[in-house]
Amino acid sequence: MNFQLTEERQMLQDSLRRFLRDRYSVAARNQALTDPSGYSPEIWGQLADLGVIGALLPEAAGGYGGAGFDIATVFEELGRAGVVEPVLDSAVLCGVLLCGSGTDPISPRDQKMIDRLIAGDLQLAFAHGEPASRYERTWIETKAVDEGDDILLTGRKSVVVNAEAADLLIVAAREAGSPGDRGGLSLFCVRPDAPGLRMRGSALLAGGRAAEMELDCVRLSKSARIGAAGNAADRIEGTIAAAEVALAAETLGAMETAVRLTMDYLTTRQQFGRPIGTFQALQHRVAEMLIELEQARSAVINAAGHLEDLPLVRDRHIAAARNLIGRTGRHIAEEAIQLHGGIAMTAEYELAHIAKRIVLAEHRFGDADTQLERFIDLTAA
Amino acid sequence: MDLNYSTEELAFRAEVRAFLEAKLPQDLLDAVRLGRGIGKEGHDRWHQILNDQGWLAPTWPQQYGGCGWNAVQRHIFEEECCRAHAPRIVPFGLTMLAPVLQKFGSDAQRAYFLPKILSGEHWWCQGYSEPGAGSDLASLSTRAVRDGDHYIVNGQKTWTTLGQFANWIFCLVRTDPQAKQQEGISFLLIDMATPGIEVRPIILLDGTHEVNEVWFNDVRVPAENLVGEENKGWTYAKYLLTHERTNIAGVGFSQAGLEAVKRLARHQLHRGRPLIENPHFAARLARAEIDLMAMSTTNLRIISAAAQGQAPGVESSMLKVKGTEIRQEINDLARRAAGVYALPFASEAVAGDNNALSSPEGSEAVAAQYFNNRKLSIFGGSNEIQKNIIAKVSLGGRT
Repeated sequence: MNFQLTEERQMLQDSLRRFLRDRYSVAARNQALTDPSGYSPEIWGQLADLGVIGALLPEAAGGYGGAGFDIATVFEELGRAGVVEPVLDSAVLCGVLLCGSGTDPISPRDQKMIDRLIAGDLQLAFAHGEPASRYERTWIETKAVDEGDDILLTGRKSVVVNAEAADLLIVAAREAGSPGDRGGLSLFCVRPDAPGLRMRGSALLAGGRAAEMELDCVRLSKSARIGAAGNAADRIEGTIAAAEVALAAETLGAMETAVRLTMDYLTTRQQFGRPIGTFQALQHRVAEMLIELEQARSAVINAAGHLEDLPLVRDRHIAAARNLIGRTGRHIAEEAIQLHGGIAMTAEYELAHIAKRIVLAEHRFGDADTQLERFIDLTAA
Repeated sequence: MDLNYSTEELAFRAEVRAFLEAKLPQDLLDAVRLGRGIGKEGHDRWHQILNDQGWLAPTWPQQYGGCGWNAVQRHIFEEECCRAHAPRIVPFGLTMLAPVLQKFGSDAQRAYFLPKILSGEHWWCQGYSEPGAGSDLASLSTRAVRDGDHYIVNGQKTWTTLGQFANWIFCLVRTDPQAKQQEGISFLLIDMATPGIEVRPIILLDGTHEVNEVWFNDVRVPAENLVGEENKGWTYAKYLLTHERTNIAGVGFSQAGLEAVKRLARHQLHRGRPLIENPHFAARLARAEIDLMAMSTTNLRIISAAAQGQAPGVESSMLKVKGTEIRQEINDLARRAAGVYALPFASEAVAGDNNALSSPEGSEAVAAQYFNNRKLSIFGGSNEIQKNIIAKVSLGGRT
């Protein structure tokens, strides 16, 4: 057994932590949130220069990492600092999608996109979920209809994170079958200004931006397809598995910050003539938060360590981790606010942002209940 | 035991329901139903409608223009208002300050202020909490020094709810720094237009502007605005707090919230079926409803006792704790039901010009509401303080 990070990952963690501590103050983040793109393009470039994006993608695709522990290491630091830049959406979701599932070789066009992504020169968004999807990976109704040399896309995509800032969109659509079928799904590269594509953007409560999207006979050339026709389910599931490891680790990092801020506050805030941390009723609650934090850390290690396993094993560990993080995350976020009192509810105070990120992470790829169902299904399978 | 309402109580409920159907403006109803703010104008309009009906002051004695309703009637009224998505009545003047003036104020104060509360001419806010005095309210440090026929006030209040709309503030101020903490506090009424007062917004984590900081810099307040006796303010403050804790269980809010979750869960789909049929979601929803059914009866037991003249004791603390826990759980269910639609900022995702590109109705404000209502277990005496009260009263003398 060895729970130490490798030397390379340790160095990545150290440099990323130092960078974020120096450059990612609460004030800087609040400033970034007001940018029209929902994040700071400058910080994005600096993260790319640090090698953060490359660390999330495998060597075969020109990256220098891509394993579960690479992703977890990066995202724990991003979560600790409450980073709002779209690393998850642009780099993990779209980056891993472009890298394919192994059996599908990367086309030269896709490789060029990956190279630009790693260099920090490209923003992407994955238009996947739909109004009726509710976290189901293959519940896709958007249709891709074959019309001679062209493909016509028609459907609706909901809460597409980073859509407005993206240079290109990767759209999941169905060429055959019914919602829920694994067969018949394809991925297409779509320009945001394509005729027939409409977007309505809004800021997200926990930072960043997303858009509702309508595709009305959006005409594409067949070369816009990414990978083989009708065969994208494996890619989509593998990619979301990686994104869930990232999200679990990010939430863990945010939970660490929430606990640290709470402990700092309990030792300084005076009521009834003494620090409130001297009240045993509150001490026990901090103790519970610390116990749950260790549980969460172990769950993330389990998920990260099984990302390269067979899908059934992989997904069972990921569902377990996300369920546990969903439960403990909610507990820690709510307790941190409660133990702080009103100050934690103010937009300017760091905990407000951190708590929102912890709780709202549940709303991507499935909340604790959805993950519980998934775990039960996978255990019975 | 009879769990049914009397014929008179049922008739009263029907009368309230008919009034709300006839007089509650549709735009206010929609805003409340979807969790949007209604602004000062909306509050003022609803205030006026209730005042015209003579139903603005359920807790006031009839001699001052109140309804003279008993606790059961007040409960029915609150329940129907929540059910109909009526705006909340802003409580600071009507249900917090007014009882204090009625009991401890001078004749002149009663004659001047009470009618202006009813007419809406005065919008009151509450100057209690300070940065250093939250749960430990008695440690407040805003100073008022007597100077002839005025007090000179200096200090800072915080969490002043809707202070941006208010033209008057009732404050706890320290008039005798030498006395023991609770004995040197006075209760002062201050015109917000007085020079030296500054109101600064506090933006909350859901993006709303609901609370404020209020700063006092050499503010001259006429001595006639002192309520009762100097240095006896703590007594009045405690009396006010017992009134703040009416409707503390929030049963009506929980019932309305539960209905909203059900509506949302009927329309949100999971694997092609309504979410409400999903066994895990349904189980959580059922648990919340079961808790609410029991708590609602606890609430009625206490209200019924109060209607017969018994003063609620530690039960109000129990209702505060349980009532807020249930409301927060319902808020949590609502955000779960919304799925990915919980992610956007409420104000920007609201159904607008184009339905095809908007969030489903009822989903847009649920996450903001979930975060905003974390306050329920913090303000009005945090749940930790309530538990201390329950334990102290129940264990008192035994340990």
